[in-house]
Formats: sequence, C-alpha cells, structure tokens
Amino acid sequence: MKVNAHPDDGQPVIVVEGLVNTFGEHAVHDGLDLTVRRGEILGVVGGSGTGKSVLMRSIIGLQRPSAGRIDVLGRCITESDLEQGIGVRRRWGILFQGGALFSTLTVGENVEVPIKKYYPDLDPEFRAEIARYKVMLTGLPEDAVQKFPSELSGGMKKRAGLARALALDPELLFLDEPTAGLDPIGAAKFDRLTRELKETLGLTVFLITHDLDTLYEICDRVAVIAEKKIIAIGTIPELIATGHPWIEEYFNGPRGRSAQATHMRGDSA
Amino acid sequence: MQSAAQYLLEDAGEGGQRLVLSGHLTLAAIGPLERALRTLETSVTAIDLAEVEEIDTVGAWVVLRVAREHDSAITGASPEAERLFAALRDIDAEGDTHPHRLPMWERVPLAVGEKVFGARGGVYGVVAFFGQILIAAASLLRRPRRFPFKALIHQMELVGVTALPIIGLMSFLIGIVIAQQGSVQLEQFGAEALTVNLVGRITLRELGVLMTAIMVAGRSGSAFAAQLGTMKLTEEIDAMRTIGISPVEVLVIPRILAATFMMILLGFFAALMAIIGGAVVGQFALGIPFFTFLLRIQEVVPTHDLWVGLIKAPVFGLIVALAGCFHGMQVHGNSEEVGRRTTMAVVSAIFAVIVLDAFFAVFFTEIGWG
Repeated sequence: MKVNAHPDDGQPVIVVEGLVNTFGEHAVHDGLDLTVRRGEILGVVGGSGTGKSVLMRSIIGLQRPSAGRIDVLGRCITESDLEQGIGVRRRWGILFQGGALFSTLTVGENVEVPIKKYYPDLDPEFRAEIARYKVMLTGLPEDAVQKFPSELSGGMKKRAGLARALALDPELLFLDEPTAGLDPIGAAKFDRLTRELKETLGLTVFLITHDLDTLYEICDRVAVIAEKKIIAIGTIPELIATGHPWIEEYFNGPRGRSAQATHMRGDSA
Repeated sequence: MQSAAQYLLEDAGEGGQRLVLSGHLTLAAIGPLERALRTLETSVTAIDLAEVEEIDTVGAWVVLRVAREHDSAITGASPEAERLFAALRDIDAEGDTHPHRLPMWERVPLAVGEKVFGARGGVYGVVAFFGQILIAAASLLRRPRRFPFKALIHQMELVGVTALPIIGLMSFLIGIVIAQQGSVQLEQFGAEALTVNLVGRITLRELGVLMTAIMVAGRSGSAFAAQLGTMKLTEEIDAMRTIGISPVEVLVIPRILAATFMMILLGFFAALMAIIGGAVVGQFALGIPFFTFLLRIQEVVPTHDLWVGLIKAPVFGLIVALAGCFHGMQVHGNSEEVGRRTTMAVVSAIFAVIVLDAFFAVFFTEIGWG
C-alpha cells in the first residue's frame, strides 16, 4: 500500500529547458533551465524583479513563454492549452501570494470549488465534509469555514488559500511567498505546516520566498535566479561554496547570518 | 482508470463484522464507497486496510469516520496511512460550509428591519458627505493655491472631451428619429413644416440634456464610483488621510466640478447635434433645405428654451457626480461591493435626474417659459 502513488524516487516532476520570457524589449528569462525532483521542497530565491513569479506562472501555464520547453508531471505545458484541461491541473495545487480566494464564497465553499469542478458526482454533504477537514488541516479554527475571505486576517487567508490548494490531494504544490506579511510566529507555524504536509502527504513543493528562515528550516534545495538564469541550485552550503557575489551577499548578510544562527541553535537543541 | 474502492463485510464474531477495504481509497475513486459506508447498518468492530492499494487524505478521512462512528479498530494500515490518520484524527468536520442562513420567517423581517435602519444610516451618510464637500470647498476657497487644477483638467477631459464622439452620434441619431417620426404624424394635419419647431424645442429643452445626463451617468458616474471604491479597497484613500491630504479635496471636488461644468457644454453640444440630425432628415425626406431648416430654428425656438436646457444641465451633472462619488466613498469590504455601489450610483443618478426633470418642466412652464 502506498500514499498517492508517488514515492520519493527522486524522479523529476518539473523540467524547464531553455526558458525564454520577454516582455517587449525586456528579457526576464533567457535560456533558464531547472529541474524539480519528486518529494523535495525546492526554494526559489532572487532579487526583486528577477522573474521568480514569472517563472512560476510559466510553469503553471498562465504565462506562455517566448521559447523553451516546460514539462510538469510528465506532460508538456508549453505545447498544450491551459483552458482545455491538460490533465495535470487536478494533480497540482497553487497558493497565490495574497491567497487569491474567491471573495464572494466562504472559505469552505472556496475549497469545494476544485472538488466540484473535477468530481461533480460526489455527494454535497461529503464534499462539504472534505472541505471542512481540509480547512482544519491547515490549522484554521472551525468557525473559519463559514466565514468570507474579507473577514479573515492576512495569515488566515494564506491558510485558507493553502486549504484550497490542497483540495484535490495534489502531488505538487506551488507556494508564492507563503510567509510574506506574516508575523514571525505565524511564519514559523506556516513553515512547520508546509513541512508536515509535505511529509504526511508526500508532496513536492515549489516555493518562492524571500524568507531566509524558511529557506534554512524547510527547503531541501534552493535555486537562485539572477542574470536571467538559474545561476546555482543545491543545498545552502553548496550555494555558498559557489562563491557567487550575489549569493554571498544574500546568505552572509546580517539577515542571512541571524537566520543561519537560529537554524544552528534549533539543530543542536 | 483506477480500480474503484471496494468493501467486503466478514463475520468477526460477537455480533460484529470486519470491514475489509480494497482498491484505491482516493478522491477520484471513493465516491460510491463513501455513499455505501454512510448507510452501513451493521456494527463494524474492525476495519482491515491490508488490501488497500492507494490512500489519500480523503480515503483516510472516510476510514476514520467509519471507525469513529462504530468505535472500531483499524488494522493493516501502512506507515503512510498511519501518518495520514495521525494528521486527521483530531479534526471534527461535521457541519456545513455555506454561510449561516436564517429560516425565511426570520430572514424577511430582518431584511426589512435592516433596510429601515439602513435608510437612516443612508440619510446620515448623504448629509455627512455633503458636509465633507462643503468643508473641503470652504478650505479650498481659503487656500486657492491648494486647488487641484491638474486633476480638474484631467477629469474634464475624461468626462467631457472623450465623451464627444458617443454623445454626438447618439444625439444625431435621436434628432433623425424625432424629425422622421414627428413628420409622419404632423403630415396628417398638413403641418410638416412644424417638424422644425418640434426638433428645435424638444432637443434644446429636454432631450439634449436628459439623454446626455443619462449617458454621463453611465460613462462617468459609474467610473467615479468604481475608481473611488477601488481606491478605498486598496487603502489609497486611507493613505491620503494619514499623509494629511483630504480625499474629498483632491478626488471628489475635481470630479464634481468637472461633471457639472462639462454637462453644460455636452448638453448644448447634444442639442446642436440633434438639430443637425433633424436638418439632415429635412433635406432628404421633407424637402426643407439644410440651411433653411437651421434658419427656421432661429425663428421658431424662443431663447428661453436654450436657457431651460443650460440651467438644467449643470444640476444634472452635479447629481450624477455626487451619486458616483458618494457611492464610491461608501465602499468597504470586498470587490463585490464595488460592483454593487457602481450599480447603485448609476441607478440612483438616472432616477434622480428624471424626477428632477419633471419638477423642472412644471417649474419653467409656471414661470412662463413654456
């Protein structure tokens, strides 16, 4: 017996080859290559405006690249039409930066939307039950299920967005700056939740973040975007060993050092 | 396609049964099994998962629910399944996901009551809004250098100049319709020549201004409400307040002045275009030469008809702008509210314009401008 039939075999889940994205004259990506392995949490970092979100939007098919090839879960995204259901959308979940909850639906109804879309034959009560336990699985209180997004705080919206992303028990989870705008306690809880869900559900996680604590605490590997490419990918010690000036400044700056120190203390305790 | 989830009941002694589950306990395949288990009559003392091929959180949830209802033991679970059980064990998800909804006999009186109290709040809101505008206007009069000229010019362009093509075309067509339909009726009395009077008087007094006000309500009143509403949602207006800029001074006043002033020009322009439309019909259908039609207008239309239109126009413009800005500033909560308030702004502006037009009609006739 296995969970979700996707063992941690290290097989690639996302393969990006020679990605080029240009907006007018301005090239955001130029020949970008990236591989995400099954069962890992991959953190993507880079300065503001280096195209982290554009990369994610390209991978999930919202942004058609100018050139290059992207395979997700064994299917080619760049050659298929997102609107025509390419069969991978029910196998991934996406948490947008602000949660992107449907504002006219309650949190529970938000989680029900993808279930209803892909499994319309399920009993409505059962669907509601699934939605409720998913919401609570992300650590929201029970009464949040019947609330509207406008009644939630920023951190709660992120959790609700995560519940919707997990609605279909995906294999692959995209998180766009999940801890941005959360207080340190909330951010640490969210990190722990991500890690727990990854281990319990056997997820592969593609995570865009600026949060150094998140990188140290939960990411298996980190990819650095700069100069329109992935300039380095690996564990944090491997990245620092490359000696690239930007990476050096990123991880050995004051914030990088304190995050590292916290991480060390956590390990020895 | 995955093989569906299946179940089997075995006798486990002591009046209890063992539930043996097999196949894929996943969201995609579990629907029928869940329905069957919901109505399970017999008591289940044990659940055997040894033959389950695949399980996700939904499958684990269903297993846990049966175990909880029947107080049964779970056997044969893989370590992965155990992890799922551990994550889900403490969650109690009985209940609904929809918003709370009262029964009808409570909901209707509640809605009526809220409307009544809301009306009081609405009146208060309108009065407060007028007050804010007066305060802002007074402070701008005292410090005229703070007056947002740039915003005013920009709004005048948006409300006035960019509306010229659509209002011109609309009025031209209305002029054509009035002249053509009017001449058909007047012909029965042999009074086709009076078509000129009809077109000239009705467009200058009524239709030019009224149709323009409706068009401006749809074009600019809605834009005001949506712009200000969105700015409230994105906290732009709060940001202005904290910096010490009055949003009424920089956002509302320019829009109101622009709409009021441009309505005069647009209303006059609309009447002109309608007369030109009538003259075109005269030329081609009635045998009245184009310029003769225009000269006749000068003779048959009293000057006070022009004044009636020009007096009404700024009032209508003011109403449209006030409704748009008021509803925009009332937005709070979510994006749905922006849409609702925009609709309310347009509907209330058009309604108020038409009601006021009726009063104006009676008033001007009474003072002898009939």
